[in-house]
Amino acid sequence: MGPGRLNWRYVASIDQGTASSRCFVFDDRARIVSVAQHEHRQHFPRPGWVEHDPEEIWRNVELVVRVALDKADLSPTDLCALGIANQRETTVLWDRRTGAPVHNAINWQDTRTDRLCREITREHGQEMFREKTGLPVSTYFSGPKIRWLLDHIPGLQERAEAGEVLFGTIDSWLIWNLTGGPGGGRHVTDVTNASRTLLMNLQALDWDPALLDAIGVPAAMLPEIRSSSEPYGEAGPPIAGVPVASALGDQHAALVGQTCFNPGDAKCTFGTGSFFVLNTGERPVTSSNGLLSTLAYKLGSAEPVYALEGSIAVTGALVQWFRDNLGLIGSAPEIETLALTVEDNGGCYFVPAFSGLFAPHWRSDARGVIAGLTGYINKGHLARAVLEATAWQTREVMEAMNTDYGRSLSALRVDGGMTPNNLLMQFLADVLDVPVMRPIVAETVSLGAAYTAGLAVGFWQGTDGLRKNWHRAAEWLPSMDTGARERGYRKWKKAVARTVDWVDDDE
Amino acid sequence: MPGRIQSIERAAAILRLLSGRSRRLGVAELAGELRLPKGTVYGILRTLQAVGFVEQDRDSGKYQLGPALLHMGSSYLDGNELRTRALNWADGLATRSGESVRIGTLHENQVLIVHHVFRPDDTHQALEVGSLLPVHATALGKALLAHHDYLVAELAPGSLPSYTPATVTDVYRFRSELEAIAQRGWAVEVGELFHGSASIAAPIEDRRRVTVGAMSIAGPIERLCDGRQPRAEFVDYVMEASRAVSRELGAIPW
Repeated sequence: MGPGRLNWRYVASIDQGTASSRCFVFDDRARIVSVAQHEHRQHFPRPGWVEHDPEEIWRNVELVVRVALDKADLSPTDLCALGIANQRETTVLWDRRTGAPVHNAINWQDTRTDRLCREITREHGQEMFREKTGLPVSTYFSGPKIRWLLDHIPGLQERAEAGEVLFGTIDSWLIWNLTGGPGGGRHVTDVTNASRTLLMNLQALDWDPALLDAIGVPAAMLPEIRSSSEPYGEAGPPIAGVPVASALGDQHAALVGQTCFNPGDAKCTFGTGSFFVLNTGERPVTSSNGLLSTLAYKLGSAEPVYALEGSIAVTGALVQWFRDNLGLIGSAPEIETLALTVEDNGGCYFVPAFSGLFAPHWRSDARGVIAGLTGYINKGHLARAVLEATAWQTREVMEAMNTDYGRSLSALRVDGGMTPNNLLMQFLADVLDVPVMRPIVAETVSLGAAYTAGLAVGFWQGTDGLRKNWHRAAEWLPSMDTGARERGYRKWKKAVARTVDWVDDDE
Repeated sequence: MPGRIQSIERAAAILRLLSGRSRRLGVAELAGELRLPKGTVYGILRTLQAVGFVEQDRDSGKYQLGPALLHMGSSYLDGNELRTRALNWADGLATRSGESVRIGTLHENQVLIVHHVFRPDDTHQALEVGSLLPVHATALGKALLAHHDYLVAELAPGSLPSYTPATVTDVYRFRSELEAIAQRGWAVEVGELFHGSASIAAPIEDRRRVTVGAMSIAGPIERLCDGRQPRAEFVDYVMEASRAVSRELGAIPW
């Protein structure tokens, strides 16, 4: 044990999310010692376009790190390492020499590459991408976003080929800036973030020339792919000397934070959208049911661990829409109060395919539907239908997981902003027909980044010790009878069938 | 100084009637009470409805106070909102104390459990959200009642049933205990609801310093108490967590 380690009391992590950046400091029992948060602006230059300012994000990250340390009266020497969990797929291109972004970051929700994705699919098919990356071609992923920027910014293609312009997801952008920026910053990414680009070969864990060629991305602009848990470099101010020692996409970090280290362990994070991730062990499982095959994490030199993922675009966002666009509630939690004014959904189903259907359907031509409307339906029934939509969408993803994985899940670990909603969590247990459990540390994304950073520097010894930090804060057990569950699911599927084939080709 | 505005006075009179015993009145009933033409009353109601201060019941066509007004009311805080805002602090309290945590609000002279965090030892526990507990035999109830004088005044002699020999059933003794609780800012119950278990609670206040709920830890007497006295560090944990939630709700830091 080196002399520096005696000071190691804490580990810090950054959760760079879609709406805000946060910094957490944890002790060795995974208890939160300090937290700071700062929101950033989202830019919507056109319908379907979503951008962030990368420099604003970097400034906010510096700020929250400083504030989190100040709040608990800590100095960088108290920290063993810093970990990063980040919004995935969001794409930044910047100038290697000046460090200035060449354009705003294109956010993961942005659909401007819709036509580009159709062209790529027409030319190369979906099969090669499915096979090599585990992903379908979709606007969601980084590769097409890079291509769009290369196509639309004059001279960028040449600069990228010459290695003057660098690509990174948010983790790369932050690590590069943390470790020195233009003055020697490390240009790296981790396997989980790289697995969301459509450019990385899932088996080789390296950029695949055939994929780079198909999408048209020069290799010179890509970061080096590293594990999720290893020292990438030393940070400069505001935490000079602290090793930056982990990077994970936020959903992968949540899987780690939930200590889902065994094959068959699964978690679902219920936020604006929801992300269901199942640990499938040391080999990727090919999905024939519309799920993504992806990395769970890779801890240093250990074998990579793979996962199946089902993402649901609109869950909490539907509650926000109900609040902001219909104005039937004043705050998101009030939806539970409104939903409890009625006993059931009154036969009403709400499929929020606002920008198409994601897993397991992947239909970009779908749009939202409220089905089963009668004169009897009031706002309480609508509130029920809004909440139930989250649970039914989760059920669809779980069925796909069970089929692809070949085993049925026995429980689901949950986290995220919707878990305080008791009515929803009970309904979820009812329609999934498995126990639903919430851990006592709800900040699983930040915790996962802290765990992987702490493991990389020896602050924690192994994953078994981390499991002891996981405690059940609440558990909801299924109590719906089979008949009611299956009747409800049948109606839900009928409602889903009514959403597709809405968008026409000439739109 | 300009004179008083008649239509605002009339609107206030309508709201006062709707907040009274009947709570739901039609245009004709309101017009009769106020001795005003139905057209005038209807116009005012339409305006109040547009700003969310009243709403019309679809089946009966009668009017009642609207959600916007309820939100402005002194102690209204949605229990589901309270749970959401308190979640991280309640988790933290369970982690620090090693005991189960509950948040309660007053509901028809009982304590309604709006949030429950399991004791973090992974033993089998059942979620108690939605259950009702007696106000006088729980620390939650005492913490809530201590700050609602008007409810205490309504307690009639003989209205406090006994659950164990330790339950406080004497109204006068109960009132003096509540006064002490209001002074020191926390409540305790030792074996008063169940043999062998104790609970410690502190109030949660909103930005007007109105008590909107209370947060407690509960566990075996031998873990929570030294003799019959609650352990000081547990009282500190509960006070700190409930203050943190109060701050979250906008109460003035103290």
